[in-house]
Amino acid sequence: SPARELTQNPLQKTWEPYDNGLPAGHSAQRGVCMTNCPTLIVMVGLPARGKTYISKKLTRYLNWIGVPTKEFNVGQYRRDLVKKYKSFEFFLPDNEEGLKIRKQCALAALNDVRQYLSEENGHVAVFDATNTTRERRETIYKFGEENGYKTFFVESVCVDPEVIAANIVQVKLGSPDYVDCSNEEATEDFMKRIECYKNTYETLDENLDKDLSYIKIMDVGRSYLVNRVMDHIQSRIVYYLMNIHVTPRSIYLCRHGESELNLKGRIGGDPGLSVRGKEFAKCLAQFINEQNIKDLKVWTSQMKRTIQTAEALGVPYEQWKVLNEIDAGVCEEMTYEEIQENYPLEFALRDQDKYRYRYPKGESYEDLVQRLEPVIMELERQENVLVICHQAVMRCLLAYFLDKPAEQLPYLKCPLHTVLKLTPVAYG
Amino acid sequence: AWASYMTNSPTLIVMIGLPARGKTYVSKKLTRYLNWIGVPTKVFNLGVYRREAVKSYKSYEFFRHDNKEAMEIRKRCALVALQDVKSYLLEECGQIAGDIPRGTPLLCGGGSSGVLTLKCAVLPPPQVFFVESVCDDPEVIAANILEVKVSSPDYPERNRENVMDDFLKRIECYKVTYQPLDPDVYDKDLSFIKVINVGQRFLVNRVQDYIQSKIVYYLMNIHVQPRTIYLCRHGESDYNLVGKIGGDSGLSPRGKQFAQALKKFIEEQDIVDLKVWTSQLKRTIQTAESLGVTYEQWKILNEIDAGVCEEMTYAEIEAKYPDEFALRDQEKYLYRYPGGESYQDLVQRLEPVIMELERQGNVLVISHQAVMRCLLAYFLDKNAVCFHQLPSLIQTPLCVLAEGCKVETITLNVEAVNTHRDKPSLNSLATSQSPVRMRRNSFTPRASVDVVKRPRHYSLGSKPLDLLGSFPSLE
Repeated sequence: SPARELTQNPLQKTWEPYDNGLPAGHSAQRGVCMTNCPTLIVMVGLPARGKTYISKKLTRYLNWIGVPTKEFNVGQYRRDLVKKYKSFEFFLPDNEEGLKIRKQCALAALNDVRQYLSEENGHVAVFDATNTTRERRETIYKFGEENGYKTFFVESVCVDPEVIAANIVQVKLGSPDYVDCSNEEATEDFMKRIECYKNTYETLDENLDKDLSYIKIMDVGRSYLVNRVMDHIQSRIVYYLMNIHVTPRSIYLCRHGESELNLKGRIGGDPGLSVRGKEFAKCLAQFINEQNIKDLKVWTSQMKRTIQTAEALGVPYEQWKVLNEIDAGVCEEMTYEEIQENYPLEFALRDQDKYRYRYPKGESYEDLVQRLEPVIMELERQENVLVICHQAVMRCLLAYFLDKPAEQLPYLKCPLHTVLKLTPVAYG
Repeated sequence: AWASYMTNSPTLIVMIGLPARGKTYVSKKLTRYLNWIGVPTKVFNLGVYRREAVKSYKSYEFFRHDNKEAMEIRKRCALVALQDVKSYLLEECGQIAGDIPRGTPLLCGGGSSGVLTLKCAVLPPPQVFFVESVCDDPEVIAANILEVKVSSPDYPERNRENVMDDFLKRIECYKVTYQPLDPDVYDKDLSFIKVINVGQRFLVNRVQDYIQSKIVYYLMNIHVQPRTIYLCRHGESDYNLVGKIGGDSGLSPRGKQFAQALKKFIEEQDIVDLKVWTSQLKRTIQTAESLGVTYEQWKILNEIDAGVCEEMTYAEIEAKYPDEFALRDQEKYLYRYPGGESYQDLVQRLEPVIMELERQGNVLVISHQAVMRCLLAYFLDKNAVCFHQLPSLIQTPLCVLAEGCKVETITLNVEAVNTHRDKPSLNSLATSQSPVRMRRNSFTPRASVDVVKRPRHYSLGSKPLDLLGSFPSLE
């Protein structure tokens, strides 16, 4: 049989086969479709071990790289069911009523997981609960098997009392559970809550759990035990979890100073700074000095305008080609008016779906995200960093940090001569 | 290179493990990967030093821990190796005490030994990262011995049983004094990865920096299951016919013929669970379409971007951009087309492909000339400079790479134009007074001084936050 004809998707500029005038299957776009069957990530650990922090961060990362992911926090289900939290006694291992409600919540959450993964096209679900007994984990694993999900456990183990105390201060004191308590009362109650789990806690064991796929994170990332990574997405998750840290720091994002082409309303190209752009660079230098940031790293793209901006700072900087502005292909160095005049169809298509729209012979925001992933990974590893980049690039990075979905990403406001300082807080 | 400026101090990777645990295999593979991504790396294998010192190997008795004479020899070999390590560092870094090195080489020490304590008087002192391979599966060990040791220079003419017997006794010699890395007590402050049972399980401790993180990721993705990788270009394209580079043209009639021949070849091979990957350019997709199987499109497999030279012939480029043309011939790996890419950029772009190829089983990658050269360079451990010496792709050959990287080049006897341009002879190159000028848009990267890593603790004193408060909106 002859090979099928190819047609080019006008929005994304990708070639797709079609049969009898209709798009056919047999072809997948790499980058988004990384999983063949849905993945169920199961958090494991005593309270105040960072499970929710990891769940939310992982969910944010996976969504950003294009893997539809959702987290399911069983504690939230419990809060919705039991309107008012009274005390740690709810969690006592012999509290029949408490156990019944907690099991009910877990099952409700699993049901929502099933709906998300099997009916709503979700790829990854993060099941955020203590899951500290082998019995509970087996129940969840069976659930995964029955529904055709791959299960991956993420356990956080920590015995450092300072870390635990800090976690409680960071996220538990402000929890809806303790809204009417003083800090001392809340801390005392929470410590007793942890005790409720300790007696029945069965950590993932090298022998008993040797057939499960999991990562055990010890002491906030000092060491890791990784067992039976099954596929690409699990390998990416492990890599991500091994690169994040909780050391306080700030990330500064800004664009290059105003460029000569900005002045003319033209996009792209590789122009130098305008007079005002050079002034911005000087102000940036002053601002950075005043901030007195410890061990600040400075990153730029390989385009003249960001490098010139960095030069004014008088400190060493690193150039990343992947931080270059989005490639506008045939529209490079045109004004929006010229684009509308010369490529009216392209202009209209871009407004239809700005995230997926790819310039002819250029890139889309979606392409940009894939290209920027190593930057995000390295930003996670680093501490204080100033990234001097470009409008579209900055939007992508910002969307990652602020958990903005694809539809909103291309419209995030990133004006010239503005520095955004991002500092991690609680779960965000 | 894009990765090398991420590391400022050299790294010494020390392999640990009993014999036949895959240390040399991992050393070589890791070295190949690091060199490919641009981090100069070299292996120092103690077995090689020992074989030079002791010209003829007699038996496992050499390795008995109570064999004092042999112990002396082995210690001396280790010291000589460390000397070589030091010289390699100094020569690659060009550093003297106190200077920040420009190049940042990595090293692998290979050999069956316990934990080495290094007193390397090199400044700045290298970061030490241990890679331990632990295996208790007797089948795996026996297979390793048969695969590698039987053909070792130590056993030139013995028959298999004798080799197996002697080697197993050799392992026993080491077991007596083997002290595996202990993450809980003795070695908890060291940086290391323990690979257990050929990648079934990993223990990772105190990863200090970017390069160690990349090493860990790589080691966690490689496997030793036998499989075959097939690399080929798309069939001849319409642009190939007229000598134009780049663009997004479709297959010529001969190109379509090639696609059919490829289909036949693949069917005959009867490959289990073959995955097929293409770029997002029409010509590779059309080639894959003929196979009638599912395939995945990767944008990062697209051909090198020739920037302003896209869709021109080499003659047109030489006429319109004579300086660029000459520059490219001088330094083809680093040369970046104006508004386009260099081979070096291509390597960075292709790294996720390599990583995924390592994870996968049988794969057919239908790509492009420059892309295929980069992929081949990784598998064949070719120096970047050797790119132009890769086989001329006259008849759109297919390269078949078996485990351990034996390459077989297969031509499917469908003629096509020759798109290969040899490196011009020295006579025809214009002698330039200045060293190769870097392209605009590719300034020499400068790196900042590395932060001394503090232990990652959660710091006290952060204020409890108002979770219900509002954050400034950005829309």
